[in-house]
Amino acid sequence: MLKQYETVFIATPVLSEAQMKEAVAKYTSFITENGGKIVSEEDWGLKQLAYPIDHKTSGFYYLIEFQAEPEFVAALETQYHRDERIIRFLTVALDKDAVAYAEHRRQVKAGKKAAAVAEPAEPAQEVEDNEPETTEEA
Amino acid sequence: MANVENNQIRYLNPPTVEVRKKKYCRFKKAGIKYVDYKDPEFLKKFLNEQGKILPRRITGTSLKFQRKVAQAVKRARSLALLPYVTDLLK
Repeated sequence: MLKQYETVFIATPVLSEAQMKEAVAKYTSFITENGGKIVSEEDWGLKQLAYPIDHKTSGFYYLIEFQAEPEFVAALETQYHRDERIIRFLTVALDKDAVAYAEHRRQVKAGKKAAAVAEPAEPAQEVEDNEPETTEEA
Repeated sequence: MANVENNQIRYLNPPTVEVRKKKYCRFKKAGIKYVDYKDPEFLKKFLNEQGKILPRRITGTSLKFQRKVAQAVKRARSLALLPYVTDLLK
């Protein structure tokens, strides 16, 4: 039985864009090679950390939602531990409400993107104001 | 004495009656089922200025969702989306 998971990792900010892509490719292929399925990916880009980790104040965030066997998660986390580029990670199992929420979140994101393409002149302020509302609907 | 006999109590100043707004669980009201740890701005509503989780008696959250909020806040903290300790969070 495949179970749905979600993993977020923070990579060091010293990586170049190509190195970051390579790191992401490594984990996505690691998931698919071990009988997992990628549901979605999300790049949060370079973000400020709320507190320093290993003397670093920022990091590249990347979210992968996937389906895999429960045994696979330990293997994935071992890979994270061994990887020096990864400074922090979190893997969470998603229950049915969480899966529904993730689905909704993706649709909102896709809708926003479409709206942004259609109306590039739309002020960013409005988009930010909408954010809390969407979470409450979820 | 006369007042007591008439079963009436007179106050010099009218007593102030506090009308307190009933607290409610915002998750139950809005029908939210999952508390997302990836949304630190939303979770900040449940933290005080030092980044501590507010008790239920202040936020009015039901026990079921208070547990979920606490779990989400702790996950967000470990991902450095929220600070463990701070001053002037808001």
